[in-house]
Amino acid sequence: MTTLAPTDPGTARQRRSRASSSLTRGSAIGLGLTLTWFSLLVLIPLALVVVSAAEGGWQTFADTLRNPQTAAALRLTVTQSLIVTLVNVVMGTLIAWVLVRDSFPGKALLEVVIDIPFALPTIVAGLVLLSLYGPQSPIGVDVANTEASVFLALLFVTLPFVVRTVQPVLIELDRDVEEAAASLGASRFTTFRRVLLPALTPAITAGAALSFARGISEYGSLVLLSGNLPLQTEVASVRILTYIENGNEAAAAAVATILLVVALLAITVLQLVSRAVARRG
Amino acid sequence: MGIEITGVSKRFGDFVALDDVSLSIPSGQLTALLGPSGGGKSTLLRIVAGLESSDEGQVVIEGRDTTGVPAQKRNVGFVFQHYAAFKHMTVAKNVAFGLEIRKRPKAEVKAKVDELLELVHLTQFAHRLPSQLSGGQRQRMALARALAIEPSVLLLDEPFGALDAKVRKELRDWLRRLHDEVHVTTVFVTHDQEEALEVADSLVVINDGRIEQVGTPDDLYDKPASDFVLSFLGPVTTLGDRLIRPHDIEISRYEQAAVVDGPITRWTRVGFEVRLEVTPTDPRHPDPVQVVLTRSDATALGLHPGDHVWLRPQPGADAVVHA
Repeated sequence: MTTLAPTDPGTARQRRSRASSSLTRGSAIGLGLTLTWFSLLVLIPLALVVVSAAEGGWQTFADTLRNPQTAAALRLTVTQSLIVTLVNVVMGTLIAWVLVRDSFPGKALLEVVIDIPFALPTIVAGLVLLSLYGPQSPIGVDVANTEASVFLALLFVTLPFVVRTVQPVLIELDRDVEEAAASLGASRFTTFRRVLLPALTPAITAGAALSFARGISEYGSLVLLSGNLPLQTEVASVRILTYIENGNEAAAAAVATILLVVALLAITVLQLVSRAVARRG
Repeated sequence: MGIEITGVSKRFGDFVALDDVSLSIPSGQLTALLGPSGGGKSTLLRIVAGLESSDEGQVVIEGRDTTGVPAQKRNVGFVFQHYAAFKHMTVAKNVAFGLEIRKRPKAEVKAKVDELLELVHLTQFAHRLPSQLSGGQRQRMALARALAIEPSVLLLDEPFGALDAKVRKELRDWLRRLHDEVHVTTVFVTHDQEEALEVADSLVVINDGRIEQVGTPDDLYDKPASDFVLSFLGPVTTLGDRLIRPHDIEISRYEQAAVVDGPITRWTRVGFEVRLEVTPTDPRHPDPVQVVLTRSDATALGLHPGDHVWLRPQPGADAVVHA
């Protein structure tokens, strides 16, 4: 039972040594199960991707990256995902705020609608977007075969991430903290910037990381509307599929590895941002 | 001067939180708003702070009409029951917040923060986060933060309500001493009569959205204006047809001119106190009467459980005739 006791924040090293020296049978089984599960589902497949990318040697890597079509696809994917994530950070926080702090008719309905991009099969989302913003658009907006279609599709599927991560944190925030700031003379904007934002930042960055990761991996929702034009609207995941269809698995793995590195980088940067904001307050 | 409250009313839907309340709180004093939960005392405090708006009426703070003035511009220090600490800021940053908002020079802010942390005995905790402090320390930090802006009035909403009994007692004494040093007009809300009687210069008893009585602790304890004030400020018991404090009853083992008489049916010893229950033999007053006396008095009178005793009010005891 000793492993259950140390909930106070000791140093990481202390905790690790304590855990390894005094694992009870229950927690040992738990840890073993977790690691096995995690390995089967995540670690081994990821390692395999990296290994198969490395099989071709650095040459395949360099060649794949130097291929103008692949480079363009990667650039488009990362840029659009970044822009979409930025928009989500602002709009997602705003939507979460409205859902938590305001009450209006139809709020319960909106709560459900937010989750639709989660629940909808992505190809269905693609179909919806195609019929609304495609060549036969009933509202006269045709973004098919343009970069805007990629942006739109990503925006649609990543909408819930920031909303759903920020919402619970916002609910937990004490109103009296804001009242305290007000009584000390802080304007609403100052209160938001100096009191609320630091509290929300971990949630916002977590949502942003999810949103970005989903963005760079998206396939189904944009494949119909974007037209997959090489050098123009083709995204990385489509590129990977093409490589595999052509039997060039090493190149596919190379692109996959690059996406993996980009995702890790993004998560790390967001973590750092989160910590910096928390400290600054 | 001080705080002048005139004809303030506030409703939440059908619930009347405050009903035409007028009150004058003198400058430089420590005033307690006392009453049961839901009686409207917190609402009144929040209206003074500008955190809530009144439906009708006027609040004048130190000669300045605050009607329509937002909380940010009232220069009122407010302390919350659950501390309302800025969790991501250190103790020093929390205290500095109001001064930084006012764009005071860095050196001045630092000097003021140091002075206040000294005042609330938190100097060595300046660089801790609120989560690393105990409840009592957090509340002292909140107090320093409120005092930093040199408020014209300091308002405390159940400031010790979330603390355990011992810390509560300490902070209470400490608040009293602090007020003797700082002399800012202070109003605090509490539902604990002992806390109010011990700390405050004057008490305002509020119940059901109305003021029951205003006065010094002595006034209210000895000359309560109503049954409610009498029973809220301390224990009461019924002696004959009167309400009286259990320690204001004279008890005797020998027959004397008495209001009621009967056997001692219950005997509880709590520390230096002996609490008795006497069941009157008179069928017109069948309810047991509570009597409190010190252990030495009980010994001197030779009382034992089951003794037949005679009860009457002590000379000079204040009591309110039962309506």
